[in-house]
Formats: sequence, structure tokens, C-alpha cells
Amino acid sequence: MASQPEERLRRSPIERATKWLVSGPPFVFLMFFFVAPSIIMVVASFRYPGEFGGLAPIHAADPNTLQGFTLETYRFFFSDILYSQILFKSFLVALFTTLICLALAYPLALLIARSPKKSRDLMVLLVVLPFASSFLIRVYAWMILLGPQAALSQAINGLLGAFGIAPVSLLFSPFAVLIAMVYVHLPFMVLPLYTNLEKHDPNLLDAAQDLGANTWHRFWKVTFPLSLPGILSGSALVFIPVLGMFAIPDILGGTRDMLIGNLIKEQFLATRDWPFGSTLSIMLTLVVLLVVWIAAKLGSTKGRYA
Amino acid sequence: MALLEIRNVTRRFGDFVAVDNVSLGIEAGEFFTLLGPSGCGKTTILRMIAGFDLPDAGQILLDGKDLADTPPEKRPLHTVFQSYALFPHMTVAQNIAFPLRMARRPEAEAKKMLQEVLEQVHLTDKAGAYPHELSGGQKQRVALARGLVNRPRLLLLDEPLGALDAKLREEMQIELINLQRDVGVTFVFVTHAQVEALALSHRIAVMDQGRVAQVDEPARLYGFPQSRFVADFIGHINMFDAQVVEAAHGHTRLSIAGLGEIIASPHDGVAAGARGTFAIRPEQVRLGTHGEVSELKNHFPGTVHNFLYRGDVTVFKVQLENGLLLEALLPNSAPGRAELYEVGDAVRVGWRHDAGVFLHG
Repeated sequence: MASQPEERLRRSPIERATKWLVSGPPFVFLMFFFVAPSIIMVVASFRYPGEFGGLAPIHAADPNTLQGFTLETYRFFFSDILYSQILFKSFLVALFTTLICLALAYPLALLIARSPKKSRDLMVLLVVLPFASSFLIRVYAWMILLGPQAALSQAINGLLGAFGIAPVSLLFSPFAVLIAMVYVHLPFMVLPLYTNLEKHDPNLLDAAQDLGANTWHRFWKVTFPLSLPGILSGSALVFIPVLGMFAIPDILGGTRDMLIGNLIKEQFLATRDWPFGSTLSIMLTLVVLLVVWIAAKLGSTKGRYA
Repeated sequence: MALLEIRNVTRRFGDFVAVDNVSLGIEAGEFFTLLGPSGCGKTTILRMIAGFDLPDAGQILLDGKDLADTPPEKRPLHTVFQSYALFPHMTVAQNIAFPLRMARRPEAEAKKMLQEVLEQVHLTDKAGAYPHELSGGQKQRVALARGLVNRPRLLLLDEPLGALDAKLREEMQIELINLQRDVGVTFVFVTHAQVEALALSHRIAVMDQGRVAQVDEPARLYGFPQSRFVADFIGHINMFDAQVVEAAHGHTRLSIAGLGEIIASPHDGVAAGARGTFAIRPEQVRLGTHGEVSELKNHFPGTVHNFLYRGDVTVFKVQLENGLLLEALLPNSAPGRAELYEVGDAVRVGWRHDAGVFLHG
């Protein structure tokens, strides 16, 4: 007797084993190196710092030493507005970096997407070419470009001097941080935008024009709304890493340009206050999750035609 | 004066002449079709009317005014694209209202026009749906409604039924005819499907290699093609090399190599000795074994070479004595009619003296 269709459709043991062999290793990797550390971080944020760094024991023989669990680090975070301010400033830097990247990347992505097929690949290659050199070297290069002896500083300060204004330092300033943030993250905005724009049906623009839309309306009524998914993914790829970035402000920022990334790094490596560093990391993660949630909300209402 | 006048228009792409000195006049209220095989220049003409392309030479006039300096968005005509080109991020209502918004129609008026056209294309209940939620036929109707809503002087349709399956296409043909009659907008329709062109159009321009081969009403085009190309392109037809033996007042006598003489209807300007082609439609050819065929002016013996049963009709290929194959159509109005003749049967084929046409050259 022939077996039931359900039975015949069921996967063979080999097929099931293959499924696990393929998806198993990355799953195990993420469990060990993402889920487990995240849990450790959450637990650590509720503990006391150890005397010489690390964490204080949960049970100590001496009742006078700090031990067990506490909300102390959270109380500390909210007791001083300074930490919220740094978090908010980081948020603003990430926001401005994202907006500037968007403004610069959109025309470029549009240009590439509407170029002949042959030159497109070359242009995309040029966009990702900076990745060929080390991230740190590219950031250090800005030290030279923005340094007091560089042509840019000379020109600006020369102009300011002519009006009797004291010279300014481009380096070690929020300006330097922002310019490097934009520079480093620009490709992450260009690529998703290009991928989106490249897929647009050129007939839609012809149709819009045929129905009476001028250049302005063709962009704002057709191209732009259709590119929203690309804008959202590009923005996420820029916003999230910038929010936690510490290397660029470390190298190019002044002493007053500390961002949340620098603060977290400092807690772990300089102050050696692991619980507070963990708390700051959790706050940062919450901000990211909030932004991602808002983006997903926007994406689900605007993107349902996709 | 014609609503749209195409005057000696030529368009070249490099060495390739896509449109070669074409002149056409399209009257207001007409359903006009540009018919031809792919690459014949029909789509190029449509794009030039819409303004997406410009002629190298010649003029396109709407209401007597040259359109050369008017960009596509300013031309009072709309296009229905082959791919429909519906805006995927807009609902049916937003899609259709798009040209109204671009034209800055007052809100109340735009709303009324939208409702009206939604009813005309039977999509009132789909106004809030997105294009990806619609069937092919519904998308087609949205594209039509969007093209018509702002009452253009001219609606250009670029193979709009090409993406539909056969049955739906036939339904849409009827809807198109009714819609065009109801709204009274002039339609310029581009297609390579001759059946569609014959069914829909008031007039058809058959195009071949950038030139207009013939402009005529469907029945005249089908019944009286003026060239081998038109005869061959539209429908099925039997063609034989022929020479005029006698061009009399009431008839023409033709000699067909290996077959003998036939009597055909009189042709103006045809003199004895002229060479050309005799063309006759399969449905004009009678097929039989009895006297009825022998009573016709032209009749010849032959054998059934093969036949195709197509349901409504059976297509017989009959081999004549000189080896020529003649196609004849037999309607299957009686059950089992197809089994009347078998391959190899001796039959007679014949046609009336006024059937078929003689083509010069």
C-alpha cells in the first residue's frame, strides 16, 4: 500500500541532519559569543565592582565587603545628569551623522543607479574601495588633514585672521569627530540606497511624467517614497555603529567630546568599574532597540507594497 | 482637420531607420491602431507622440499645433504602458488620482472624476487596494482608468493586453471597445496581434520596416490587402504567383503556373501581361466532392494532404495537381464534421469568381 502524502512529504533523516549541520555552527557560535556575554553583562550590571577591577563576589566570608546584587549602578546613572547628557549627545552625533550621510549618499546612489550598467560596477567598487585600507589608518589620516599645518586649517585661520578673529583648531573638535564619522560610514548608506534605487522600474518615472509630473514631483512622489526601505536600512547601518563608536572621538575629539562609547571603554579599561560599564552598555542597547523598533514601525507601514 | 497629424516623420537610431517618412492623420473619437511585427517602428511612433522621443525629421501636430517643444508632462495625452507601470506605493484610488493631482484639479472636482472613472472600470470596491493585491485584469483596468481620468485629448495604449491570458484578453477587448465608446476619447493603440487590431479598431495602419504599408478599416484591410506583406501579416491567406491574361470590364482572367486559368474580380489599372500574386483566404475556399463545388467558376481537383482539427473549424491542406498546397477552412457546425475527409481523399476545391485579390508585384 502506498504511504500517505504527508508521510512521503516528510523530510528524510539525512535532510534533517543536513539542516542542523548547516545552521548548527552559526547558532552555537552566536549562543557562545553573543547571547552568553549579553546575559553576563546584564548580571554584571546588578553587582558591585571588585576591589581591583572585575566583580565583587556574590558571597564573601567577610560581611563587611561588598557582595551580592544591587541596583546601585542604575541609581548612579540616573543620579548624575552627566551620563544621560553623554548618551543624548551620542544620540545627536549619530543622528546628524546619519542625516549628513543620507544627504551625501542619496545623490551618489541615484547617479550610480541611473548610470549605464557597465560603469555601475566600477562605481560601486570605488565606493567600497576605502575598506581596502585599515579603518584606524583612515582615521589617523584625518589628523593630518585637519592638523594646524594642513592647508585647510591654514586657509580657514588665514581668513579668520584677516577679520581679526582668533585662530581655531579643526582637530580635536566635534567638527573633526563628525567629519570622520560621516567619512567612515558613508559607504554603508550608499550601498543599501543603491541596491534599492537600482531596482526601480524606469517605466514608473515615464508613467509619472506622462501623467503630468515634472522633475520635482517625479522625485518626491515616486522615487523617494519607493526608496524608503533603502533609506531605513542605510540609516540603521550608519546610526547604530556611530552610536557606540569610541575610536574616532578618541583620536580626533577633544577632551570634552566624550561619547557614550568612550565612557563605556573607560569604565572597563581605566576606571575598572565593570558593573557601571555594563549598565551604560545596557542603556546604549536600549536606545538602539528603541530606534530599531521605531524604524521597524515606519518600515512596516511604508513598506507593505514591497 | 485631424486631431493628431503625423507629417513626414522620420526617426533614425544610428544606421537603423526606425520610422521612415510616416504620415498619418488620426480623427477625434477614433480607435486607431498601429499594427506590425516587432521592430516595425510602431512603438517608436507612440513614444514620439507621447514626447519620450523626438523625430529626426517631420512634425507631430495636435489640434494643428506642433508638439516638438512640449515636454511629455505638458502634452494633453496619456499613455497606458504595456507593463501598466502602476505606482506600487499608492492605492488604486491614489494611482488613478495621480494625474488629477498633477493637474491641480480642485479637490471636489477631482473626487467626482475619480468616482466616475472607478465606476466605469468596475473598481469602486478596490479603491483602497494596492496594485500587488490585484489580478492582471484589474491592474489593466487601473492603468486604463488612470490614463482616462483627466480626460486627455488622446490615449496611447502600448500593447496593453499583451500580458493577459487569452480568455481575459477577449473580455478586456470588449471592455476596451465599450469604454472608448462611452468616454469618447481618441485611442491610439499599438499591437502586433492582428486579431486584436481587427476586433478593436475603427482604422488600422499596418507598418512594415518603418513605413506604413496600408491604412484602412479592418474589414477592408482583411478583405482587400494591397500588398503581399499586408495579406500575409493579417490572418491566413493562400498566395500564388499569377499573371494577368485578360483584364476585361467585368472580370480579370489570371493564369496560375501549373494550375491553369482562373476568373477573378476586376482590378483597376491592371493590364494584360502584368505579373503579381493571387491571394485568397482559406475560408473563401470551398471543399467538397459533389457538384456544389463544380458549379463555382473556379474549381480544381486535389487530395487532402493533412488537416488540423481546431474545434470550431478544421483547417484542410489540399494538394492540387501542380503540387501547390491550398488551405481551406471548414466550419464544424455539424458534429463529427472533421471526419468528413481523411488524408489522401480525393476532393475538389473551388471559389467564387469575386473571391480573392490580385496583388501587383
